[in-house]
Amino acid sequence: MGRELVTGNHAAGHALAAAGEANRFARGCCGGAYPITPQTEIIELLRGFTFTKGRIVPVESEHSAMGACIGASLNGARAFTASSSNGLAYMAENVFAAGYYRLPIVMIAVNRTLGPPWNIWVDQGDSLMLRDAPWMQFYTGSHQDLVDTILLAFRVAEDARILLPAMVAMDGFVTSHTQMGVNLPEQALVDRFLPPCSIPHRLNTAHPTTIGGLTWPKETERHRRDIEDAMQRVPDVWREAADEFSSVFGRRPDGPIVAEGAEDADVVLVACNTMVQTARRAIQKRREAGQRIGLVKLKMFRPFPRELLRRTLGRVPRIGVLDRNHSPGSGGIFAQELAASLQGRSDCLLQDYIVGIGGGDVTPEVIDEILDDLLRRKTAEAPVWKEVAA
Amino acid sequence: MSCHSPDGVGMTCDHLLRAGNTNCAGCGMSLGLRWLEDALGQEMPFLVIPACCGIVTAGAFPTTAYGVPTAASTFASAASVGTGIAVVNELNGDSTPVVCWAGDGGTYDIGVATVSGAAERNENILYICYDNEVYGNTGGQRSSATPEGVVTSTTTRGKVERKKDIMGIMAAHRIPYAATLSLAHRDDFLRKLAHARGVRGFKFLLMLSPCPTGWKAEPEDSVDLIRDAVQCGLFPVYEVMDGTRYRINVQPDGASVEEYVARQRRYGGARTDLPRLKAEIERQWSWLRTLEREFPAREDEGSVAAGPPGGRESEAALIAPR
Repeated sequence: MGRELVTGNHAAGHALAAAGEANRFARGCCGGAYPITPQTEIIELLRGFTFTKGRIVPVESEHSAMGACIGASLNGARAFTASSSNGLAYMAENVFAAGYYRLPIVMIAVNRTLGPPWNIWVDQGDSLMLRDAPWMQFYTGSHQDLVDTILLAFRVAEDARILLPAMVAMDGFVTSHTQMGVNLPEQALVDRFLPPCSIPHRLNTAHPTTIGGLTWPKETERHRRDIEDAMQRVPDVWREAADEFSSVFGRRPDGPIVAEGAEDADVVLVACNTMVQTARRAIQKRREAGQRIGLVKLKMFRPFPRELLRRTLGRVPRIGVLDRNHSPGSGGIFAQELAASLQGRSDCLLQDYIVGIGGGDVTPEVIDEILDDLLRRKTAEAPVWKEVAA
Repeated sequence: MSCHSPDGVGMTCDHLLRAGNTNCAGCGMSLGLRWLEDALGQEMPFLVIPACCGIVTAGAFPTTAYGVPTAASTFASAASVGTGIAVVNELNGDSTPVVCWAGDGGTYDIGVATVSGAAERNENILYICYDNEVYGNTGGQRSSATPEGVVTSTTTRGKVERKKDIMGIMAAHRIPYAATLSLAHRDDFLRKLAHARGVRGFKFLLMLSPCPTGWKAEPEDSVDLIRDAVQCGLFPVYEVMDGTRYRINVQPDGASVEEYVARQRRYGGARTDLPRLKAEIERQWSWLRTLEREFPAREDEGSVAAGPPGGRESEAALIAPR
């Protein structure tokens, strides 16, 4: 396979197909396919792929795309799909159901602004709408990061200690429709990296059970607590999986967070997806000019890597968060999560910037303006709106 | 489903629907699920049941009244979850039948797009709608299956709209097999299930399901009410092959629709517009007879080819509890 120049959607479709194909010696794979911009290429690619033991069902809605994944996973297959924006909103009920069933389904979320009004460009409001669903969430900043994270997502999701679905997000158009050089994984390596998918509670005539029936508060409390416990195990399982990934593919995947010059920094920006690359460039120039500015790329959002962030940002006096999302009446979601992680640190100025909503172009100049503001300010205030498209 | 002990005594065996389920007395599901088991014989299905009375039937975790692998899906998702299960069965050469068991809310209303999608794709699913013509699980609200004139908690002066013709909708999908099931006609019921088992693709079976609480009727009248509904012509018993060839399985004997209506307080007693109801029955039968005359089933196709499994003919004996 080697290194190829492909779009983010192509890279994601390839990774999903390879993961599905890798389960051909077990119970095969199945996915639901329903188009929505900017994700559509992924399901087109999946529909065009010839699986040895798999079928991609061209369903009639996103709700049914996840329904078909649930059925397939309940019957022991590796299951996956992709969606965006209002498609994720329409799917939401079954997104929650998939996690509550403890099914290791993997979904690509190509981030797009929720409508109306209709806007096909990127922000993270769609996948973050599902932040309280029992799903792992990973945000990816480059094509390679995307491919690697998808494969890791299957491995971690299907681990017997986890058994939770995983969502892998990328920026609509900025990632999905641009081409970058990617090491697309060869099937033989994916076969080695992904063990046969095993769903211990799958439907089984030898051991009939009722999955998803009624429970009382007692069992429901335990069920939710079990999910939380599984979430807390994710970082360790991820680390093991990443080690295995390195030995199979010969490259190290990005970790749950990637910190660049954060330890001794006076100021750190926290961002996700492609804004990280833009910020990196702007920060590089400033570092060359002697400013001690760091960068934290946040990949793992669920579970939220609280400890890791606390360790990394523990002594940083000024933190700016780039939130390409907005929770009306509250602010940016990443900043809220980070503030909760750093609670008790009264010495830290944490400023939220809501930026790039609806696909507004976040350029290095925008990052510069944000850094200027962050360096200048005496106190943190309500989220600052950067209307970059004006 | 491991046994049908001839005497039914000393049961160590399991059933599709176990004793201790939470169904109300006189619920059509109790009989329907038992006959489903009878039709499947030794074969265990995968059941998919959306949010409805059918999953409440199971009782609460960790116990369950279902003796077969059962997935409780979200309300609109029986046919999509069934799709995923059926696809993986096929990938693995597993012939376990996938049975979706859903009410009228999950079929006519919230799930209609899902059912339509699975039917259009001709997924290998046996879809059974137990139609009690009301949202029973939430306490008796109108659905699009509720007949005109019927009083529910959301149609307190009687429903204004007519009942949706779901059989017409399903037949229009040209699925290999669509049929109605009467709980007062066991042989026909079992023949249809036996036939459906042998058909590849999407099978849709519509069972009129008495609901004493929703129909405001006596539990012991349940089967009689279905017999009356069939015999007065309100609920035609027929089957459609490939959406194009029709066979009427039971000719109504002209039973009194007045009697049917009078035994259910949901019809609002004297306020029921009987002439209108009779005209609707006439219209329905004129339409159905025309279809059967112009587009008849071939003599050897459909449920006529299948004998009643188990050879047990007595209907009365089977209504008694196991």
